[in-house]
Amino acid sequence: MTRAPSDDSYEEIIIAGFGGQGILLAGRLLAQTAMKRGLEVTYMPSYGAEVRGGTANCMVIIADEPIASPVVDRPDSLIVMNKASLNKFASRLKAGGLLVMNSSLIDIEPQLDNTIEIIAVPADKIAVELGNQKAANMVALGAYLQKRGILSPDAAVACLAETIAKRYHKTLPVNTEALHRGAEFAKDSG
Amino acid sequence: MCGNEALAEAAIIAGVDAYFGYPITPQNEISAYMSRRMPEEGRVFVQSESELAAINMVFGASATGKRAMTTSSSPGISLMQEGISYLAGAELPSVIVNVMRGGPGLGNIAPSQGDYFQATRGGGHGDYRTIVFGPSTVQELVDCMSLAFDLADQYRMSVVVLADGILGQMMEPIVFNKKPRRSLPPKDWALTGAKERPQNIVRSLWLPEGSLEKHNYKLQAKYEQIQKDEVLCEQYEVDDAEIVVIAYGVAARIVRSAVNKARKEGIKAGWIRPITLWPFPSEQIAKAADELRILLVVEMSLGQMIEDVKLAVAGKVPVVFYGRPGGGVPTVDQTLQRIKQFTIPTKRQEE
Repeated sequence: MTRAPSDDSYEEIIIAGFGGQGILLAGRLLAQTAMKRGLEVTYMPSYGAEVRGGTANCMVIIADEPIASPVVDRPDSLIVMNKASLNKFASRLKAGGLLVMNSSLIDIEPQLDNTIEIIAVPADKIAVELGNQKAANMVALGAYLQKRGILSPDAAVACLAETIAKRYHKTLPVNTEALHRGAEFAKDSG
Repeated sequence: MCGNEALAEAAIIAGVDAYFGYPITPQNEISAYMSRRMPEEGRVFVQSESELAAINMVFGASATGKRAMTTSSSPGISLMQEGISYLAGAELPSVIVNVMRGGPGLGNIAPSQGDYFQATRGGGHGDYRTIVFGPSTVQELVDCMSLAFDLADQYRMSVVVLADGILGQMMEPIVFNKKPRRSLPPKDWALTGAKERPQNIVRSLWLPEGSLEKHNYKLQAKYEQIQKDEVLCEQYEVDDAEIVVIAYGVAARIVRSAVNKARKEGIKAGWIRPITLWPFPSEQIAKAADELRILLVVEMSLGQMIEDVKLAVAGKVPVVFYGRPGGGVPTVDQTLQRIKQFTIPTKRQEE
């Protein structure tokens, strides 16, 4: 673990972007991976009006004790896939938190507390290189997992098949590769 | 599996014979799940043409002695009230899940606890009650389904499971426990074909003078029994507390986090969480009030359960409130602030 979660041994994460970017899938994969590791976990999606192009976000809490509130107010980690989500959620990050942002779609330098670590990963660009832009969510998740160190990227890969609906299982190889590429990016960026 | 799907599977495990429902967010996953699973089990699934139809289909199926349920969200539950009153009058068992959303009116689709009054006061016309559960985790939502069906059959009445958008949509690890059924009375009142036995009549109409009054006293006796036997609640660190926070459902989880933080800061806080909202844990709350300075009620509304808390403590201690309506969810920090605001700082410094 590169850094201990800031308090309560809770790791609270918000993942946000626009509908169609696989925000909820990334959250479900994270939750599933934590559950398989025997950790306590809650997953709470935004719901109802989510359509491709709209906004989507989800809140995941990982802990080694039963989780009280499933609502994340001040996240330890934030994964944002577009600029609107960065603007909406960045100010809620805890001091000492981690920001993973999709630099393919976010062309600004976030002005944040200097205790916050930022990984700007060109998730869409990497996903396009892998042949499927929709895997950008997995690139970002891979970078998060590698940097945060609570769960390994390989553990997430192992949960892909049970998290993704069977009719999309042809995307398992590209999603696997995307998780690895995201993790490598985070490793190389120190 | 989200809360909605989990409760649907729990209902199947509890032996629901027939599901009737009309779509509404944030509980559509229940109908979607049931539309697949009920036929697999060889049981009945009907997507009705309206909520009114759904509740009356529940009436019909229940009258034949089968376990029947419906689910909806706030506006849809309002539409069902006539049917729920008729179910109460006819003493028919049913299980009704309300995954609450913001109101009044069409409101919004965000989580809310604005239907507490409607659920715990009966909701429709006439002098009746429904048993009401206010689960706070997906596991508890799952566990209360089998109990809901048992209580419905045992007391021949409707049981309402009051969830909200968060509980319906969220996921957390759960275990499906197949619990043994309570030993239940035979449904010898059911309409199963009157061949070789006297005719059964299921009705809510009592016209002869005095007959409805008598019927109401019979219902009342049942409700008093339930108030005696079926109250469920959980409490934490109440004994030495100077402030106790009362909340149910998802709000109780937020309170739990806030109370944990308050304890870490040396504030003697505790919580009481009603699991059954009717029958309400009045005795438990009154008992706590004997030793307390103040009670804080936290709801995702502008104050509904607080009335039951005030009735329970009968003016013995001040009862204060914090809540957010219309889909607003109280945060842990806001709740903690209220706890601090209402505890007496000098007292803490002395200690």
